[in-house]
This record gives sequence, structure tokens and C-alpha cells, in this order.
Amino acid sequence: MSHIDIAASRRSWEAGLTRVPYWLYRDRDVYDTEQKRVFRGPTWNYLCLEAEIAEPGAYRTTFVGDMPVIVARDEDGELQAFENRCAHRGALIALDDGGKTRDFACVYHAWRYDLQGNLRGVAFQQGVNGKGGMPPDFRMEDHQPRKLRTAAVAGMVFGSLDEDVPPIEEYLGDEILERIERVLCKPVEVIGRFTQTIPNNWKLYMENVKDSYHASLLHVFFTTFNLNRLSQQGGVIVSETGAHHVSYSKVSRQPQPNAEYSAEKLRSDKEGYALAEPGMLDGWDEFGDGVTLQILSVFPGFVLAQIRNSLAIRQVLPAGLDSTVLNWTYLGFEDDTPAQRRMRLRQSNLTGPAGFVSMEDGAVGGFVQRGIAGAEGEQAVLEMGGHGIETQENRTTEASVRGFWNAYRGLMEI
Amino acid sequence: MAQFSQERLGALNAAYARCIDNDEVEAWPAFFEERCLYVINTADNHAAGMQAGVVYADTRAMLRDRVSALREANVYERHRYRHIVGLPVVLGEEDGAARVETPFLVARIMRDGATEIFACGRYLDRVVEGADGRLMFAERVAVCDSRNIDTLLAIPL
Repeated sequence: MSHIDIAASRRSWEAGLTRVPYWLYRDRDVYDTEQKRVFRGPTWNYLCLEAEIAEPGAYRTTFVGDMPVIVARDEDGELQAFENRCAHRGALIALDDGGKTRDFACVYHAWRYDLQGNLRGVAFQQGVNGKGGMPPDFRMEDHQPRKLRTAAVAGMVFGSLDEDVPPIEEYLGDEILERIERVLCKPVEVIGRFTQTIPNNWKLYMENVKDSYHASLLHVFFTTFNLNRLSQQGGVIVSETGAHHVSYSKVSRQPQPNAEYSAEKLRSDKEGYALAEPGMLDGWDEFGDGVTLQILSVFPGFVLAQIRNSLAIRQVLPAGLDSTVLNWTYLGFEDDTPAQRRMRLRQSNLTGPAGFVSMEDGAVGGFVQRGIAGAEGEQAVLEMGGHGIETQENRTTEASVRGFWNAYRGLMEI
Repeated sequence: MAQFSQERLGALNAAYARCIDNDEVEAWPAFFEERCLYVINTADNHAAGMQAGVVYADTRAMLRDRVSALREANVYERHRYRHIVGLPVVLGEEDGAARVETPFLVARIMRDGATEIFACGRYLDRVVEGADGRLMFAERVAVCDSRNIDTLLAIPL
């Protein structure tokens, strides 16, 4: 068997969306192709909040997939994003997380860039004492880091490396856009930033985010305190191609005895487990629609979550085959009263790397990554709620996970 | 007037670390006053005045909820910590409370034996003397040097 045959047999994937072969999470070629076709392809990637680069000259460094990016506000107040890579020798142009500057100078040989990412200065271009220097035909405009298209949505900045990516409103679709604007409805303030590194392929995390079936089974906290049960009013909205999703529910604080939950004898359904400080979960109906939980994802790696009054953005970045970086940005609103802010701080315990609700999500992807070692020929089963990717009025479904794979297969052409 | 000697503060920290590392976290909330503040934050957030923590508790009852979630609710692989706590420095005293800064280093030992430095940083404390004469934390903010948390944080720092 030749090398190519070996590769081909390892990489078979039947048509449809109900089976996911495990080699997808463990293959270097797949990883490299994802960088090109998914992250640097016709997709929009979350870069930062507009509030984080409010003033001209303000910038932040971030990533699109594993590609380093600078996002800045230029002198005219326009959003600019470009590769954080010097056109000379490839060194990082900006080394800090962010700041304010008039221009960027690469530390290696002091090549200078303006806030749009244009090369504006080459040290010793004319040489020294009439000797050396660049050839006369060297033109700075022929050398620059790759530029991204940028778009602002509800105070967030997204970027794309693809010339032909649809406008972001079209990319998201009305339903997703509406649900983003529902949460980010007024000026926000960053109240904390955390990074969490998890030991699994990035796709396992995105599947977990989109999987409304697991939430009340894995997360005891949700179930016990009636924060999220599949029997509650709620549903899953899947965008047209399946790329994006929203899962939502409305919670009543009344206990909800439910025959299916009792019959399953779930580990997550614990009687007699009560909070010493139940006031932590009180909160208030700040969006006026009674929805107490909304998890929203935008393909490929953006999550906006509202768990009661805790609001957070997750930027999901692949950092190797079995490593993923989650950049958490916890949010409040500028007009929060002290009491509202205190409630958000208290409810920040629900989310993040130590979140009562989200802690398990940091570990479960690693359990899969380790579980599938040696199972390249095997595959995962995704049949809850049928075979399709349609929006459903219940959450006992894997429709939005299948949606992820529909969008993924389209871009990856596999 | 309470005496906040380095010896007394050192003993407080030793007992605190021992409680967590010996897996006796049920006793952990008792190191705090009823109305207290316990936050795990990063140096970057702290410097920027950002208050949200990966853990944020402003009552002892919330600390008890951390313990019951750790024992009953949350799912994580079995692991332990080993705290190495440095010498406390008293930064000042006012209204019967001492502001204290103490460096810490926490190794995490996973069930398969993998051992690594999980967190390091400094405790920024407000220490008071309780009615029974014991020193207690009115505030303990664990300011981690790194903003990165590996996998998850279940056991308190």
C-alpha cells in the first residue's frame, strides 16, 4: 500500500451529517487545511470589541485561527485589521496585547507601519554613508502584511481574509443578528478577561457549544437549580447553512418535576442539593423577554453567552491538533447600577474556567480527545433529533452540531 | 489591638494551605468572615481595575457553595494542589485590619501523576482578628501572575 493509499483509507467520511470520523480531530493535514479554508476562508472571525479600540490609535493584537492579527482604529476612526507579521522577515510587528500608538515599528529592523498596516519606513533604505541600502527599484507599497476586511456588529469587530466573503449581516442572517443585538443592545464595558487553554481539538469545543442535548446532563448545576432543563420552554435556532446557532431557554424558578428526568435517574439530577446563597441566582429580566439562557455561536469560533445576567464572549482559537485557546471577555453595561454590577460579578461564577456551569466544558473535550486515540477508523454518532439541521422548538437534538458539520464540509470540500 | 506579626500571619497561611492541600475544603470557608471577599483574578485585570473573577464570592455562604459544588455538582478529573506560600508582608493597618501581601505558588497533581505549576501570584488580603482571637480573612484576592488557566479551576487557590 502506498503512502497515498494509506492516507486515503484513513480519511474516508461517508456522506451526510450523522457520522463524524475521529481522524478529523487528529490529523495534521486537516488542521492545516482548516487554517486556510475555514479561518482564512470566506468566514468572519471575531477580533475584539469596538469599546476596546474606541480612540484613534488604539489597537489590540489577536488571532484569526493561528494567524496573528493587529486590529486598530485609524486616525479617521475607521477599523483596520492586518496581519501581525513584518513584511521584511516575518517577525511580529506588535508585541503587546494592545495599547495606543501612532504607528507600529518592528523591533527586528525597525520597519514602520501606519495604522492601516501600510509600510511607511524602511530603516537605512538609502544605505549608510552612501553604501548599502535597498535597490533603487524597491517600492514600499509592494510590501505589506496581508490586510483583513473588517465589519462591526453590535459593538464587535469581525475580520475576514477572504475578498469574496458575504457582508456580515448576510453571513449571520436576520435571526442570528437579532439575537446578538438582543444582548449587545447598548454600550458595554469589559469587566474581566481570562484565557483558558483546553486539551482538545477546537472542533470538539465548538460541537460542545452547539450541543444543547448535553447541557443538563453534564452540568449538575444547571439541572439541579432549574437553570436549564430540556423540559423548559426553549429551542434551537440553526442558521440556513447550519454555520451559526442559538440555543435559548426560559426558566421559572419553581421546581419542575419531570417524568423523563426522574426516569433517567440522572447523575445531574440531585435531590437535596441546595445553595447556601440562592440569591446569587436571582438576577433580573434585563432584556424583557424572560429568556434566562442564550448561547449563540458564529462559525467558526465565536460564542456569545448570556447565563442569567452573566454576559461573556468566547473567542475560540485552535492552538495545535489537541490544544484550543478560549479567550473570555466578561461584559457589563456602562449604565449598570452598582447593584446590577454586583449581580454580574456574583454570576460570573457561572461561567468561565471555574464556572459552576461551564467548568465541565473545559474538561469534556479532553476526555474525547484521549478517548479517540487509536480510533481513526471509528466515528461519532449524531442522530438526536433526526438527520437535519433545521431549527427546532426543543433542545433534545443535535441539529446545530450537524449544522456545524454542514458548514465545515462545505468549506473544507470533504 | 490585634497584633499582625509575620509569625501569626504565617501560621494563618500555613493552616489555609494545609486545609486545601489535605482535601479538607469543608473547613475552608471558616477562614473568612461572614461578609467577606474572595476573588481569583489576573494581574492584568487587577492592574486595570477590572473586578470580575474566575471565582467571585462576597459572602461566606458563597464559599460554602463553592465547596458543595466541588463535592457534589461539578465534574472534573481527580487532582490535588500543593501550595507553597511565601512570607507575608504587612502593607499597613487601619481600623483593626491589616493589609497583607503574600506570594503563592500552587502545583497541581493529576490522578496520573502529572505535576505542574498550575498558578502563581500573590494574595492581597485584609486580615482581621475574629471574636475568638483567631486571625481571619475579611478579603483575600488571589492575583494570578498569568491570565491563562489550564483546562479548568475547580479547587480554590
